[in-house]
Amino acid sequence: MTRWSRFNIVSVVLGFAFLYLPIVLLVIFSFNESKLVTVWAGFSTKWYVSLFNNQGLMDAAWVTIRVALLSATVATVLGTMAALSLVRYTRFRGRMLFSGMVYAPLVMPEVITGLSLLLLFVAVGFDRGFWTVTLAHITLTMCFVAVVVQSRLLSFDRSIEEAALDLGATPLRTFFEVTLPIIAPAVFSGWVLAFTLSLDDLVIASFTSGPGATTLPMKIYSQVRLGVTPEINAACTLLIALVAIGVVIASIVTKQRELQRQRDEQAAFAGR
Amino acid sequence: MKSLGNIRRSFAPWADPQSKPFISFRNITKKFGDFTAVDNLTLDIYHREFFALLGASGCGKSTLLRMLAGFERPTSGEIILDGQDIAAIPPYKRPVNMMFQSYALFPHMTVESNIGFGLRQDGMPKAEIAERVQQMLKLVKLEQFAKRKPQQLSGGQRQRVALARSLAKRPKVLLLDEPLGALDKKLREETQFELMDLQQQLGLTFVVVTHDQEEAMTMADRIAVMSHGKVVQVATPAEIYEAPNSRFVADFIGDVNILEGSVKAAGNGRVELSGGDFTVRAVSDAAPAIGTSAAFAIRPEKLKVSRTAPADPAVNTSEGEIWDIAYLGDMTVFHVKLPSGKVVKTSMLNAQREVENPIGYDEKVWVSFAETAGVVLRD
Repeated sequence: MTRWSRFNIVSVVLGFAFLYLPIVLLVIFSFNESKLVTVWAGFSTKWYVSLFNNQGLMDAAWVTIRVALLSATVATVLGTMAALSLVRYTRFRGRMLFSGMVYAPLVMPEVITGLSLLLLFVAVGFDRGFWTVTLAHITLTMCFVAVVVQSRLLSFDRSIEEAALDLGATPLRTFFEVTLPIIAPAVFSGWVLAFTLSLDDLVIASFTSGPGATTLPMKIYSQVRLGVTPEINAACTLLIALVAIGVVIASIVTKQRELQRQRDEQAAFAGR
Repeated sequence: MKSLGNIRRSFAPWADPQSKPFISFRNITKKFGDFTAVDNLTLDIYHREFFALLGASGCGKSTLLRMLAGFERPTSGEIILDGQDIAAIPPYKRPVNMMFQSYALFPHMTVESNIGFGLRQDGMPKAEIAERVQQMLKLVKLEQFAKRKPQQLSGGQRQRVALARSLAKRPKVLLLDEPLGALDKKLREETQFELMDLQQQLGLTFVVVTHDQEEAMTMADRIAVMSHGKVVQVATPAEIYEAPNSRFVADFIGDVNILEGSVKAAGNGRVELSGGDFTVRAVSDAAPAIGTSAAFAIRPEKLKVSRTAPADPAVNTSEGEIWDIAYLGDMTVFHVKLPSGKVVKTSMLNAQREVENPIGYDEKVWVSFAETAGVVLRD
């Protein structure tokens, strides 16, 4: 076993403190009895109760989840299609331009994306609300899905699709019976990524949302301006828990799949 | 009756002017941008033939196979299969199936459903599919692996699943792209014979692409040696080896010594070359003009090394000195340096375990060969 040098211990502690101290404080104070966020006055779960009674926050959460589900799904379909055409049709005219344009939103400042979408919606006379936020989030997250799916497709053995065609499957059936099942894990991670991006987006939602379609990050932000209440801490703690559970499940599934693969390989060698 | 090499069986439709080719490539050209992968190629393959396309990577052999499967469309020319021009037919409507180099098994399906995939596409009734899949599993001896996924199989088993899947639809032609490339040497040799037996048993036409000359020689009825998108020679393995039509083929297949010279006399089925270390007197139908340069190609095992000069004056001889010896077990290879400085390669079968007074390094020897031992090449 390697010995831990003092330097290593200090680095690890500092690093993790830097990353997690604010979050730990936030979680601890969500269980605070006092209304003051900075003074500890004993353990209580009352802010969670009051959170669920706060109709404004609950409505915002519901809007956020609906926007995230819908935009992630549409973005996954569009992003997968974009990734497919980018990887498969390497010789079409303007491919460089197209791939550059798919990736541009990744590095584009969100303020610009948000503002340009706002201008577009105003120009075409689209009433701002639930649908405009959803559309904007599709625009934002589609390229992330495209990147994730594209990296999977690059390592995809094309002869598997050719084998399906060769055995009499039309291109459409080949896609649904062979390609999609094989790239499904990447498509799913693309969807999860799009979902979380949509969930925590504040900037673009602020630009493109309208009355009656306030998302949770917007709501939290506006409440914080009036002063932080432990209710917000409670809401954030729940969000963190949700994300943490998702990450843990994803890593367990990945780990188990890896173990299964190792067992399969051992079985294959033993069974020869 | 003399003939070149062993005759595999009395099967030679290519020699019969009455027989019709089953697959015909007619003036096929395939270009990828500026690169010409296949260059105005014409080739006939016959029903029930085991045909090999042999060449180095980039010679166009795989492109030719992919055009037959339908994955590439020829830039110009016709591909006739069983009397029908198939150049414009998409791969999923062609009566040919392919076994891929990577096997291309569907990782999310069991062995059974991999094999049944093509049958399901045709809408065959379920009971019939199950029956055919069982047949195929039996054919490749994988009955107990039906429920496994491809990643739970060894390389050899995957290869057989791929084979079963490509045979399940009973195609008119089976295409095999480097079918044994991913197997280790022992398994590869076994599988070569299994494939030959299978082809005989099913009476199908097999077209195999390979860069491994031994594999092509072992399995094929005829071999097309390809280079730069063209067919250089099409012939039986024995003809390719014993009577290559060009330096390229002579050099590509097996080991060869090329003796350069100029034509001194030609005619009546004989050619005499002079120059270098030998005056080569050869039996050959080639009639090059006197004074032109030509070459004589001879395989190492047809050169004889001896301590004394051969008595027969009809035999071509030269002095030489043993330069290198490589003992390979089944045979010993001698590199002999001739007076001009040229080194020729000769090989001797080690038919006996014990040799009386074996030839050693730096010994003066005679190298000799018979008039019929090689071929005259003009290019």
